[in-house]
Amino acid sequence: MSHPDASSLIVERVSVQYPGHTGHDAALRDVSLQINSGELVVALGPSGCGKTTLLNLIAGFLRPSQGRVLFEGQPVDGPAASRGVVFQDNALLPWLNVIDNVALGLKLQGVPAAERQARALAVLKEVDLDGFASHRIWQLSGGMRQRVGLARALAANPQLLLMDEPFAALDAFTREQMQELVLKLWQQTGKRILLITHDIEEAVFLASELILMSPRPGRIVSRIALDFSRRYIAGESARAIKSDPAFIATREHVLAQVFAQRGREFA
Amino acid sequence: MMEQTIKDPLLERGFDLPHPAAPARRQLTAWQISVATVAVLLALWWSVTTIGVIQPLFLPSPVAVAHQFWIVTSHGFADATLWQHLAASLTRIVLALFAAIAFAVPVGIAIGLSPRISAVLDPLIEFYRPVPPLAYLPLIVIWFGIGELSKVLLIYLAIFAPIAIATAAGVRSADPARVRAAQSLGANRWQLVRYVILPGALPDILTGVRIGLGTGWSTLVAAELVAATRGLGFMVQSAAQFLVTDVVVLGIVVIAVIAFALELGLRAMQRRLTPWMNARH
Repeated sequence: MSHPDASSLIVERVSVQYPGHTGHDAALRDVSLQINSGELVVALGPSGCGKTTLLNLIAGFLRPSQGRVLFEGQPVDGPAASRGVVFQDNALLPWLNVIDNVALGLKLQGVPAAERQARALAVLKEVDLDGFASHRIWQLSGGMRQRVGLARALAANPQLLLMDEPFAALDAFTREQMQELVLKLWQQTGKRILLITHDIEEAVFLASELILMSPRPGRIVSRIALDFSRRYIAGESARAIKSDPAFIATREHVLAQVFAQRGREFA
Repeated sequence: MMEQTIKDPLLERGFDLPHPAAPARRQLTAWQISVATVAVLLALWWSVTTIGVIQPLFLPSPVAVAHQFWIVTSHGFADATLWQHLAASLTRIVLALFAAIAFAVPVGIAIGLSPRISAVLDPLIEFYRPVPPLAYLPLIVIWFGIGELSKVLLIYLAIFAPIAIATAAGVRSADPARVRAAQSLGANRWQLVRYVILPGALPDILTGVRIGLGTGWSTLVAAELVAATRGLGFMVQSAAQFLVTDVVVLGIVVIAVIAFALELGLRAMQRRLTPWMNARH
């Protein structure tokens, strides 16, 4: 939460109240957050903690009941290409093939066909899907579809990448591959990322800043600066990091915090 | 020793469980059963008419109908050959279909997108939709005369409602995640409709076209009541007036075959245009 910079994403004392709910079970209450360039912020919490609501606010799909969201100094008043989103269920368009899905953002921006083809191919290569450009969406596995979703968001060259539980539906092996892919892309593109998850190990591994959230009302209960993702980028292997005592200790610490919140909730 | 009393009732009665290695050899496919049904029906038709149980006036034999097919295609009936009657009917339905698609799809999109437009148009469509075309046919004749326009208009109205309703349903059921995905890629309202909502509604639109074409084709006979000189419906009616039962049967068979062919063609088109609907994992 330090070094404010002009291009930051700033969430300022935001509350979101869905109709028919009281203050106590607000989807979000008094949440503040800042995502600076180069950060990979992970929001972790059980279902109902408002982490998806937070992402929808930043994406512009939702407006706060109180407080404000600023991006590059401007209030967020709707979705825009500068804030790309990767969805849990990929939300690809099945009537387009892989490359046309990836190039969709460029097409919407009016980029000429030849250029968007070339740029989409380049992004497909980055997510290790070269050779699948003309495949149909339904011919791909779940992990490959998620890569296409990631490539589609990246191809539009957003300033901020929002990922809503992107690997929740994938098997454990594919999920680990995708985590490493995200770190590789984070390093190569230098984009700031907000990733939502309920997987503690994933959160501890990926985050440069971990935000722990709690439900009823949805709020941030703790923030932890972590460096495991930077160690991975520096060349250490994912398995070595995840079996490092420091990683395990952090994971258990976060786990204990999650359970402490739960205990308080049911007390 | 205790006597063994447990028995397997299935094995006792000699039930066979399906064996994966050896599929039952005598099992017929659905297609073979359908063909057999038609063959049996034809045989039955042929035997009752040949034995003379039923007078040709009430039911002519298949041979007589086949003979009429030859005569009507080569010499014609009511001043036109079968192909000319067929062409007249097909022209009407194709004109009505294209007009209906051109108007009903945009109207359906507007209904699906805007609750206000829906509130205006819903009662209008629901008001005329359940009324049998024969009931408002006189009104159309009074307004638009007895020309080709009235016939096409009647079929058009029958096709319009199913397509508009199906399109609106398809637009309303657009996947919110896909809409959000396009918005977060910078899509404006028009681009959303063009690239997400319309293609997403295409399966429903095509189903609407299939249903509409079915009702349109069944309205054809009513439409050709109006001072027609050609058309399958007209051919059947004028044959009925002269008690030429074999031409009546021939006309019915041709109408049925064309309807079946249209349905098969549209299904094939649906598979081609919306392959993702059949290719889900």
